[in-house]
Amino acid sequence: MEQKHTISVLVENHAGVLSRVAGLFSRRGFNIDSLAVGETRNSEVSRITIVVNGDDYTVEQVSKQLNKLVDVIKIKVLDDNEFVGRELLLLKVKATAKQRAEIIQLVDIFRANIVDVSKETVTVEVSADQDKINALTGLLEPFGILETVRTGLVAIQRGSDCVE
Amino acid sequence: MIMSGAQAVVTILEKHGTDVIFGYPGTAISPFYDKLLESSIKHVLVRYEQGAVHAASGYAKTTDKVGVCVATSGPGATNLITGIATAYMDSVPIVAITGQVLTSQLGKDVFQEADITGATAPFCKHNYLVKDVSNLPRIVNEAFILASTGRPGPVLIDIPMDVLKAEVDYLDDFVFDIPGYQYEFEIDKEAINKACKAINKAKKPLIIAGGGIISSGSKEILHKISKEFSIPVTYTLMAKGCLDDTYDLNLGMLGSHGTLVANKAVSQCDVLLVAGGRVGDRSMSNSSGAYLKKTVIHIDIDPAELGKNISVDIGLHGDAKDILMAIYSQLEKINRDKWFENKKTVEALDSNFKVSKGCVDPKDVLTCIASLSDDDAIYTTEVGQNQIWAANLIELLTSNKFVTSGGMGTMGYGLPASVGCKIGNQDKQVIVIEGDGSLQMSLQELGTIMQEDLDIKIVLFNNSSLGMVRELQTLKYDKRYSGVCLTKNPDFIKLFSSYGFAGSRLTNKENIEEQVKKMLSYKGTYLLECVVDKDNPTIYR
Ligand SMILES: Cc1ncc(C[n+]2csc(CCOP(=O)(O)OP(=O)(O)O)c2C)c(N)n1
Repeated sequence: MEQKHTISVLVENHAGVLSRVAGLFSRRGFNIDSLAVGETRNSEVSRITIVVNGDDYTVEQVSKQLNKLVDVIKIKVLDDNEFVGRELLLLKVKATAKQRAEIIQLVDIFRANIVDVSKETVTVEVSADQDKINALTGLLEPFGILETVRTGLVAIQRGSDCVE
Repeated sequence: MIMSGAQAVVTILEKHGTDVIFGYPGTAISPFYDKLLESSIKHVLVRYEQGAVHAASGYAKTTDKVGVCVATSGPGATNLITGIATAYMDSVPIVAITGQVLTSQLGKDVFQEADITGATAPFCKHNYLVKDVSNLPRIVNEAFILASTGRPGPVLIDIPMDVLKAEVDYLDDFVFDIPGYQYEFEIDKEAINKACKAINKAKKPLIIAGGGIISSGSKEILHKISKEFSIPVTYTLMAKGCLDDTYDLNLGMLGSHGTLVANKAVSQCDVLLVAGGRVGDRSMSNSSGAYLKKTVIHIDIDPAELGKNISVDIGLHGDAKDILMAIYSQLEKINRDKWFENKKTVEALDSNFKVSKGCVDPKDVLTCIASLSDDDAIYTTEVGQNQIWAANLIELLTSNKFVTSGGMGTMGYGLPASVGCKIGNQDKQVIVIEGDGSLQMSLQELGTIMQEDLDIKIVLFNNSSLGMVRELQTLKYDKRYSGVCLTKNPDFIKLFSSYGFAGSRLTNKENIEEQVKKMLSYKGTYLLECVVDKDNPTIYR
């Protein structure tokens, strides 16, 4: 059965690692839903969080093939519900002076922030899971969304377990 | 000790026991070639860079060493790609070294710049672009370990010319430390117990031997398991020579071009032990359903292969030899009813194809060569009908070696590979099975053979066509022959004689034995051109 899987990958922070990882996905026909990368506390190690779409066979192959990359140190397929996942959305929406208050109200309900305001626009920042981000986007749609910028999911396991 | 990057590379190659490298020079790699002059390492100048990788591959497959090849930046490096991909598919340990433009020029499309690490990433076990000379010694050392351990494969090191020239303080203190790479594996005892239980209970057990049997040195233990526990064996193309072909429990090659008895056994067995093979689509496929309704046990050093191509009940990750030894010690001697047919020497011989006048049958030639060649002769093949005939008709002993491009099926592999085989095994007979199409893909390597004064026996099946593809068009495209006719071929014997090689043409069954003897006893490279019918098939129905 096709579904989304979140994989946390620790890699050596070498040049070319990201292209190796991304290349592996396209080459083997795996679909990346999103990918986010950043340094860990150890500057020699980066973490890539990848969301893939696929059945159990695909996920098993993805993690086994990733494991074969020499730069890959560790891989963990995160159990659904066992992790906290967040995406960051920056959204620029049309807003006349009159509409601003209404938008601010919505933003407050979602515990989002307003990070920029101009005569005709408001820029909203929200860090949340996908559902919440989609909901907020839906509510702002009628005002006229000009641009959205979204990161891939980053995820951390709940409780004391770590991927280190 | 302070030395140049180039000198450090040479020093480390020597340390790893490299005595020969195959290559082709150019500007970017020149600092390395300069240092090579003072080294004990022999350089074999091939005639085309692809040939350097294939030669290194033939060398690696017939010695216990890593094959090393070298090329310059840009076109030199890109000419390596097919060779690297070929080695990758067949898990051959190779270190490829390429020169690169100056670090300061990288990414600017300067003369002879090519992103070779980007281009070869899909076909390399790992690759490096070395931007800092202080990392160079570590990287070259790592490359040898990566290439030769675990599942072997090609590793490429791309070195800008300024890095080759820069000075480095070389210390012989390398410690392998890549946190994400392990090459010693613990055996999963529980899984072994489970596997042995399944085999002990089996009424119709069968072993499929893959290329891993050869590369892990498991021929002997495979034979012991088969013989002592009466388990028949079939092999993939990459494992030809894993058992004597005359051994009565050896059912021959499996797959689309394999023996009937082997394929029948695969579908009838109840427990299938796949040892050291990935079971590619040419051998057996999930979709064929052949794996259904049986217990499949799969041994592989690459965990990603377990469950990738065929569904597996018990996966055993690790070195095939270690695992087979562990299995051996737990098997029970059981009297099983014989459930399989033995290989009729060569069922292909039963074909009713009529050979035309002026032609010989490759099958007669190959059986004759197999019976007259040395017990430790090394065979290489090209790709096509010649390869299938060779795989099916040359009866090998475990002391023989069979070198062929399996996973990639690269035409033009056999001739340059034979150069590596011969240079690594000067005292052994090296015999190349050629097709007229494939020969002309690597023809230039005759120059290498000439310059190196090698003694290689070349058996050419000249059917004036790209036989394998033609056969496909016969069977699947209603005999609509498109692009498969080599209507005008050179006079190969004359061509060979211009390189100083002897040769003769075989057009009559009566002369086969005499001509084969003549070839085998000749001192020096010899072409035996066998004129073959275009319609002589590999598949019999
Ligand atoms: C580099 C490359 N190009 C194309 C092919 C496709 N191909 C497979 S077999 C074959 C024909 C080989 O002809 P020849 O070498 O004359 O051998 P024969 O089949 O006649 O024995 C071709 C074109 C290939 N395997 N490799």
